[in-house]
Amino acid sequence: MHRTGELYGHFETLEQQKESAALGMWIFLVTEVLFFGGLFLTYTINRHAFSAAFGAGSNTLDLTLGGFNTVVLIMSSLTMAMAVWSAQVGKKQLVSIFLIATVVLGTIFLGVKVIEYKQKFDHHLIPGAGFDIRYHAEHPTAADNAGKIAEEKEELEKAFAKDPDLNAHAQLYFSLYFGMTGLHALHMIVGAGLLVWLIKGSFAGRYTPKYNTPVEIVGLYWHFVDIVWIYLFPLLYLIDRHH
Amino acid sequence: MSEHIVSPKIYVAIFLTLMAGTAITVWAAYQNFGAFNIVIALGIATFKATLVVLYFMHARYSPRRTQLVIVCSVFWLAIMLALTLADYQTREHTVGRLAPPVIFNLVRT
Repeated sequence: MHRTGELYGHFETLEQQKESAALGMWIFLVTEVLFFGGLFLTYTINRHAFSAAFGAGSNTLDLTLGGFNTVVLIMSSLTMAMAVWSAQVGKKQLVSIFLIATVVLGTIFLGVKVIEYKQKFDHHLIPGAGFDIRYHAEHPTAADNAGKIAEEKEELEKAFAKDPDLNAHAQLYFSLYFGMTGLHALHMIVGAGLLVWLIKGSFAGRYTPKYNTPVEIVGLYWHFVDIVWIYLFPLLYLIDRHH
Repeated sequence: MSEHIVSPKIYVAIFLTLMAGTAITVWAAYQNFGAFNIVIALGIATFKATLVVLYFMHARYSPRRTQLVIVCSVFWLAIMLALTLADYQTREHTVGRLAPPVIFNLVRT
């Protein structure tokens, strides 16, 4: 049995029923804010203590890929909002189209993340025994621009001059990078699963002006994940770009 | 139901503002504002997050009690950040003045 928006016995009105569902989602999101908040706090304390290592670590990230992903994710928030609107005004076909667009954009985001993680593995930037922040500058491939490699080397020398333990401290940066983006990506995967469930429902024409609560509250979750990225992008990618 | 429907026009306007915010964030990161780089980056991010909450997440049109829950979440986050950072700032031995974490020294190459 699928719900169609009938009034349940413990609610006075349909409006109250819908508001309660949204309120429940918001309370869950409050716990999520504090959950991610702890990580942002850890990040702040360590970035303050090891600013040279965090700057050097941040500059190894690919700003083009990160910027592209930011655009993709904000776009997916727009399509999610449009899916909610489509359900509210009763355009059943548009609901499916916008939900599919959202899940496609979310998948593109995750795909780009895979490329970025792969690059970090190739450059020996995974915290652990093989970690070497100088690796890429010392082992450039044919595809690398010689001028950029020289620049990278010079920057790393300066950073090592400020902090002789840079290689150890940069691992803190990368632990946080993988922890925070990984947790964010996990939320995206959960969100994509919820979207697939919504798409199935939308094919059955389940979301109407009378009943669109699932689209609305999955939307709340999806926008929250977008907000986390809005903070992660400048904090991880843009620490020390002006040098 | 007295549900408020936000029009696609507003959604697109918010989307364009968010895009502009992202562009400004990247531009500002390449300028040297000294200590203000981080302030500007976080300021723009907070502005963007506020727009998402107010319009995409319909907080502006939500009942008061939902708005109260949202404000509380920010308030509790502020307590966590402010008190913890105050502690780190005012103690003698904090991160950075201690030796690097032992585990990272053991695995260094």
